Order: sequence, then C-alpha cells, then structure tokens
Amino acid sequence: MAYMHIGKDFVPPDVVGKVTGRIKYSEDYSRDGMVYARLLTSPVPHGRVINIDASEALAMEGVFGILTADDVYPDGEPQSPGLKVLTNEPTLIGEPILAIAAIDEKTAETAMTKISLTIERLPFVLDPLDSLVEGGPDAYNGGNTYIFREGFAQEKWTTDQVASFRSGNEPTAEAQQGWAYGDLEAGFAASDFIHETTFSTAGYPHMSMEPRSAMAYWENGKCYLHGTSQSLSAIAEPMAAIVGVPLEDFVFINEATGGGFGQRARAGSIPSMAIPAKLSQKINRPVMMRVTREEEFTIGGARQGLQGWIKVGFKSDGTMAAMDMYCISDNGGKGGGGDANSAAGGVSALYQTEAMRFRNSSIGTNTAHRGAQRGPGENQIMAIMAPIMDKAAEALGLDRLEIRKLNAAQNGDVSGSRSTPFTSAYMPEALEQGAAQFDWEGKKSRARQTNGSKVRGFGIGQGYHNAGRSGMDGIVRLMPSGRLAVHNGIGNLGTYSYASTSRAAAEVLKMRWEDCDVITGRTDRHLPITSPQDGSNSIFTNTRTCFGAAQDLLVKMKEIAAMDLGGDAADYEIDGSRIYQQADSSVGMTYAEVAQRGIELGGKFSGEDELPEDLNRLTQLSVSRLAGSALMGVYHDPRHNNNPPGFTVTFTEIELDKETGKIEILDLVSIAECGTVVHPQGLANQLRGGAVWGIGLSVLERHLYDPQNGLPASTGYWQSKIPTYLDTPANIGTGWVDLPDPENPVGARGIGEPAMGAVSAALNAAITDALGGHLFDTAPVTTDMIINHIAGVSEDAVPLAQNNFRG
Amino acid sequence: MNPKLSRRRFIKGVIASGAAATSTTIWYAANGAERPAGAVERLIRINVNGQTRSVDVAPQETLASTLRYKLGLTGTKLGCNRGECGACTVLVDDTPSYACSVLTHSVKSMRIETVEGLESANGDLHPVQQAFVEELSPQCGYCTPGQVMAAVGLLRINPNPTREEVRQGLAGNICRCGSYDSYLNGVMRAAQIG
Repeated sequence: MAYMHIGKDFVPPDVVGKVTGRIKYSEDYSRDGMVYARLLTSPVPHGRVINIDASEALAMEGVFGILTADDVYPDGEPQSPGLKVLTNEPTLIGEPILAIAAIDEKTAETAMTKISLTIERLPFVLDPLDSLVEGGPDAYNGGNTYIFREGFAQEKWTTDQVASFRSGNEPTAEAQQGWAYGDLEAGFAASDFIHETTFSTAGYPHMSMEPRSAMAYWENGKCYLHGTSQSLSAIAEPMAAIVGVPLEDFVFINEATGGGFGQRARAGSIPSMAIPAKLSQKINRPVMMRVTREEEFTIGGARQGLQGWIKVGFKSDGTMAAMDMYCISDNGGKGGGGDANSAAGGVSALYQTEAMRFRNSSIGTNTAHRGAQRGPGENQIMAIMAPIMDKAAEALGLDRLEIRKLNAAQNGDVSGSRSTPFTSAYMPEALEQGAAQFDWEGKKSRARQTNGSKVRGFGIGQGYHNAGRSGMDGIVRLMPSGRLAVHNGIGNLGTYSYASTSRAAAEVLKMRWEDCDVITGRTDRHLPITSPQDGSNSIFTNTRTCFGAAQDLLVKMKEIAAMDLGGDAADYEIDGSRIYQQADSSVGMTYAEVAQRGIELGGKFSGEDELPEDLNRLTQLSVSRLAGSALMGVYHDPRHNNNPPGFTVTFTEIELDKETGKIEILDLVSIAECGTVVHPQGLANQLRGGAVWGIGLSVLERHLYDPQNGLPASTGYWQSKIPTYLDTPANIGTGWVDLPDPENPVGARGIGEPAMGAVSAALNAAITDALGGHLFDTAPVTTDMIINHIAGVSEDAVPLAQNNFRG
Repeated sequence: MNPKLSRRRFIKGVIASGAAATSTTIWYAANGAERPAGAVERLIRINVNGQTRSVDVAPQETLASTLRYKLGLTGTKLGCNRGECGACTVLVDDTPSYACSVLTHSVKSMRIETVEGLESANGDLHPVQQAFVEELSPQCGYCTPGQVMAAVGLLRINPNPTREEVRQGLAGNICRCGSYDSYLNGVMRAAQIG
C-alpha cells in the first residue's frame, strides 16, 4: 500500500534539541528558591531501622527538613514487594531511608553526617540457591518469596535437593507456578536427540545514561514534577497516587528521558520521583533531587538472573518435539520480575515446540531490585537456546539454518500456555532474507577455520517478544489555523515512536507533516492515556489510537461539510488541506474553515459531549480541558485479537582468540519481522541498539556483590561493563521483511526487544561454533570462562552462581 | 585527552584544595558557598564559547558544575560524574575533555567550547550536528552532546577520518542506547559535509 508517511523517514521534532543540547532532562530545570535533597541510604543489605535522630542536622543553618518513611507511609509501609519511596525495612544496600533538604548539596551532605541512624542488621543472602537451602537466610522480612494474593512466604529445599540441582540435575522440589501443553512424555519418546542441562544467566543493571534525578514544586495546590520516565501519560495517575495528590492537581513534566530499558516504564519502578514532590510539599520550597551514578545503580533496577534446568527433545527431522524447563528466578531485594515465564513463552513462540512444560519459583536476594529489562526473559533464554539448536542440528545431520526454518513461527501458528495465535508471523521469510543478506551459504564453510591463535565461528540467532497492546485512547485536534495537533502520551525514550505513531493521524487526514504538531512532553498539555512504553508495544498500540482518533475527526469533518455545503457526508473527499465534494471539487472548505465551524457548532464536534464510552479518566480530564478549542477527534481503541509478535533474526561471524579469549565480531546482520515498517531510521536504530545490548548480555554484562558484606562491587560503568564503540562492530547490517499485520491499521508491530535477543543468541552460538561445539549454558560467556575452557579448567567454581563470579 | 588535564592532575588539584577525594563529595562540594581559608581567588574569568564570562568558582569546582549550574549551559550532561561515560565532553583548547574531571580553575586561561557554542550566528547547525540529525544518530539523546563534542574535536585534527579512526576517536563516549553505528554514520557524513 502506498503511504504518504508510513515507511518514510522524517526529522523527529526533538532531534535538533538533542544535538544542540537544548532539550531538557529533569536535572536541567531550576526554579527560584530551589533547595537540594540528598538521600541517606541503607548501609546494610538487610536491616530494620530502629531510630532516626535528626535533631542536630535539623538545627543546622541552611537545612529545611527531612522526609522519612514515616512521613510517606503514616499508616505503615505496604507489606508487598516493590521499591518503596523510602523505607525503614531496607532489603538492599543503598535503599533510600530518608531525604534531607538544604540550601545546597554540600550542606545537605554535611547534615546527613549529623544524623544518628540506628539500624538492626538482619541476615542477608546473595544467591537464590543459598536462600532456598534449609536454614538459609531469607532476603525479606517474612520469607524469601512473595506469593501473589497471599503475601511473603518461605520456600526451602533440602540440602540434597539444592546440591543435586547445582550438580546439574532436574530440580525435584515442587515449583511455585507453571504451565504445560501437549504430551511431554510422548514428545521425548519420539525424540531422536535429547539435550538436558542446567543453565544460568546473570543479573545486571540497566545503567541508563541519565540518572533518575527529579525536581518538584507546588503552586496553587498543584504539584509539578519534573521527572524521567519511559512513559508519560501512563505515569500520571499512579505517580499522583504515590505523591498523594488528585490526578487533576498533578502535572508530570518529561520532555526527554535519558534511557529507560524497562526500569522507567511504570510509576512503581521509579517511586523515588515522589521524594522531591513530598519533600517540597513538606517544606514549601522547590526541591531538586540529583541522583548519582552509584544511586542509579542501586535504585535503577537490574535484570533478573535465572538458574535453570532444561530438557529438550528433537525428532529425527529436526522438529522440536518436547521442552521441559524449570527456573529459579532471582527476585533481588524488592521482588518483581517475570523473566522466567517470559523465557518459556519465548521458547514456545520461536521454536514452536510441540509439547512443553514450564515450572518456576522466584526467590529473593539482597541485591539490586529486579524488574523488566529489555526483553526480560526471552533475551536471556535465547542465548542459552541457540547453541542447543546447533548441537541438535549437528547430531541430526541438519543444516543450522534449516533446523530453524523447520521450527519457525508462521501465519496460523500459536504459542504459549494458552496457545494464542499470532496476528501474523513470517519468521521463515526473515531467516531467508537474513541468510541472503549475510551470505550464509557462501560463508558457513569457513566455520572453525583457524588463523594462528584465532578461530572463526558463525551463529544464527532468533528473538521474540509480544509486541503490541490495545485499549488505549487517542486525541487529535484540527485547529482554526488549519494545523493538526496530535496529542501523544508516549514518553520520549529515544525510539521517536511518540512522533512516528503520530504520523498515522497525518496519514488518515492526508496532511503534510509540516502542518502537524505533536503535543507531548508534559501532562498539562492534555494527553490521552497511553500504554506504558515498554514491551515493544508502542508502534502497534499508538498507531491504532492515532489512526482511530484521526478517523473520528474525518467523520466529523465530512458531517460539517455536508451540513454546510449540502449532500451526504459520504460525498466528500479530502486532499490534506481542503474537504470537497467528489463530484465538484470547487465545492468545499479549507481545513481551517471546517475547524472553525467545529468550534462554532460545539457539542461532539469540539469535544464537549458524545464522547466514546470507556475513555480513561486521564483522557476524560484532557478532553474536558481541551473542549471548545478545536474540531476534535477522540477515540477509545477496542481490544485487538491474538498475539502481535515482534521477531528478529541475526547472523554473525566472529573471530575468537584462543590465547586471550577475546572475541571480535567480523560481521553482523539483523533482520526485523515487525509488520509494516513505520519509520525506517527508527527501526534501524532499534536493530543497531538491540545488537549492542545483545553483545552486552552475551559476553560482557553481570553485576557482582561482595559475599562477606553484601556490598555491590559494580556500581559504575567500568565495573559493570557495558559495550563501547570498541566492543561492537563498526558496521551492523540491518533489514526488514515489511509485511503488514492485519490487527494494526497501518500493519505495524513492535521490535525493540527481540532486536537484542537475536544478537545474544547468535553470538553465543558463534562462540560455541568457534570452540568446536562446546556449550557454556550460561550468559554472559566472558573471556575468563573461554580461557578456562581452553585450558581444560572448570569454568565454574560455584555452579549456577548468581551475583558473583562463577569461576 | 589533553595531558595538561590529566586525571592525575585533577586529583592532585582536588587534594590541594583540601576536599576529600571521593567523586560524590567533589560533586556536592562543588556547589558549596564556603571559601576555605587561604584558597585561591574565586571570582575568575573563563572563555566559554568565545565569550569571556566572570564566574564565582569554588576551589574544588569541576568545569561541568561551573558550566551547568553557574553558567546555565545544561547541554553538557552528567552521566557518571567520575570520568567513565563521556556525556560531559567539552573542548578545552580544541581537545575533547571530560568536564566532570577538570577543575575549572585549571582551565581559566584556555578556550572552552560546549555544545551550545557550535551553531553559527544565523542558527545553522554545525556539520556534525546536521549530520547527526540526518542520520538520526541520537536515541535517548543524553550522551549526544558529548558525542557531538568528541566528534568535533576529532574532525579538527583529522578532517577525513576512516570509520575505524572515528571508532577509536569516540571510544571514550558511552551510549547505553547502543547508537554507536548511527553516530559513526553521522561523523562520516559530517566529514563529507565539511
């Protein structure tokens, strides 16, 4: 289909602000009379605050007040997992206990040294298996796990059960949750190749470039919060609730966000933003809370680590007949995260296994709080699965590409515990396109060739994430100037989807992009509710709402034209600046004229009544504040059917130095299968960025804790190494299948997360290939593991170790 | 990095000022109002983006603090404030330098350029900025000013770099979004624009 805007590059409105430094992040704001907050954080990994004596600090000149958990939770802290704003029951080092406000940060820091904090040390634990074992410490007050709707609980295995698991055997304890489909026993019985192993993947921090600083002030009873979030309108209501202010009196300002990757999507993952808001309310001054890199590590979240066991069976033709998976997921210091379940769902989606069983228990540790991080679960497990696919191919005498095509998701396929159909799926096409672009057939014979100490390895990876939601709202306004205002509540995370999805409205109205304004950046610009910008959903979800709101506007434009110029609404056509009769194009009105008439007519035309049912409360509030200002299109999106997948495939060639363990990526090509391409440059950026993240997961990133005191040892970029220019290839090839999805009006689905998983999978497969088929069954595979393997030394001093070195 | 502005010299300067040599303390102390007895003159003149600015600078104040909080030049970002990420990169006498790891007093006789100083008087973007727009090099944008300044510094000494030379030249600037390839495309395009 020929589009004006969909599939075309454009200059997003904020990119000039990014290259000139003019766009503002939360810490770039200031306010007359602004004072500064600093945090006093927990010095112990698990403790209970007995007493806080701040009298000496509060008596200091220039100190304005403190905020404690007792201020935030006068009725007691909620006994549930998740970060608190402030706490008297810290379960990780660095958790904020109180904030102090002073004339400047030096005074605040000095005042903090004068606070007497009495804290009771409690037992702590860093590895889920050390907590699971009978008599082992519990991370939380009340147990080592949290059971939904039941509360904190204690789960223990016998010493033998834990030892057996660490030794590589299937866990025998009953799991907390699980699901299954198909006949697992029959699947394994029909298998000609079965691979069984334990595996582990590491936790590591998000480390967004922008620390989560926030500034707040109150004016005429309203709270204005300059914060940082992946989402914008989705944050408003839950954050207002955390601050304790009615939604209509809360303004969230967030023009740009310096990275999120899952940990700034929802209010519950960034409750620290409420600290300056509540402190400002208490001391009646604007408060800036600047967050340091160390604090960002502590409260900025981390990926869940997984300790697991899998058994997978393949028939002689390469079909994956059965998959059995048991995971222990590391819930960290504050609980949260569904990585294991997503990992299992990802395997089901990507490999279409005929029978599957999944079991999982989530266990807490006194380490970084966990939550969603780019492709949570799916991306870790793909790094484990890709080498297994290659081992199966080798054992069954199949080509590595063919075994993937054989098991690939196609239109009509289903996945997951509920056997949900895909909205559309073209994984075989993606594999073929990737193989052609990479020249798989031409290159694969070079596998395992050596050049001195270096050996070549090739890998194919696949990534998946559910990539679309619905049920949100849209608002567009045709202004008396003739310009279109598209109100978009997606956050500005760097994907540019706040702008690219808005172009669906311009498409409907055939308007030039130059005649459109994207209204975003702060909630008092009156935004519709939008899904949190996570889970690769924005392109799918918000093209639906923007498209729908523009269609509502178009219907109203035609009604007005028919009312004023005669005939039926169906007689009218648009050209981007005029609405006119199809039979006689001289009979018509400009967009500016029809907008003015909409205001004059009022009622449903200007958002004053006949609004869609089921509009979200935030949308209702926004529409009520915009009513009468323009001809308005308002839309509530109904639910879509089935599962819109985002797929990526990656082909890579590496050179592994057997003397140093260093890996160099010689070639890397990623192909997206995400429906119709909306914004090619944005998509290429997601593929490239996803590749860099995949490299991090596969060979670099892990966080470490001191086992004696529970101290985090990797609070900076150096210690928790993220990929740099020199760790990534100088060129990353990209491409896309570009076939439309039927559940989206422009055919689009999301891509951000699978773009990473495919690369982590391909890279781990390439390392295995270079080492002659050795499976590490872990991520990351670091240089020390490679060197140990080559030297014939055990790779694991502590098998399945979490939050520490394995070797 | 300019050898005159080495991390060693920075740390020596901090120690000489009497401040504790921890990164967080440096940052917060940098905004303090007190003047330690016997300390150096605080009201100094520094050349920023071609203009001489008079500014009250604490002895242990970093250039990033002065730029952001005294002069309002918030385009210079603080990602780590300890010389790890490069988000605060500015040019000091044409050399890309981490402003979080440079004491303002140590550069008062030097030319400082920030991202705000690159546009021409008529508002035209610098070729690096223009190329970054055309290639859509930024993602979240937080590291972008630092990437821009590192690229400008590189192109001044090497106007026609190879892609590998750009990769090496910008290696001190981290991008968590992983937009490295897009930044490389941007710098190569900027070299063509000239």
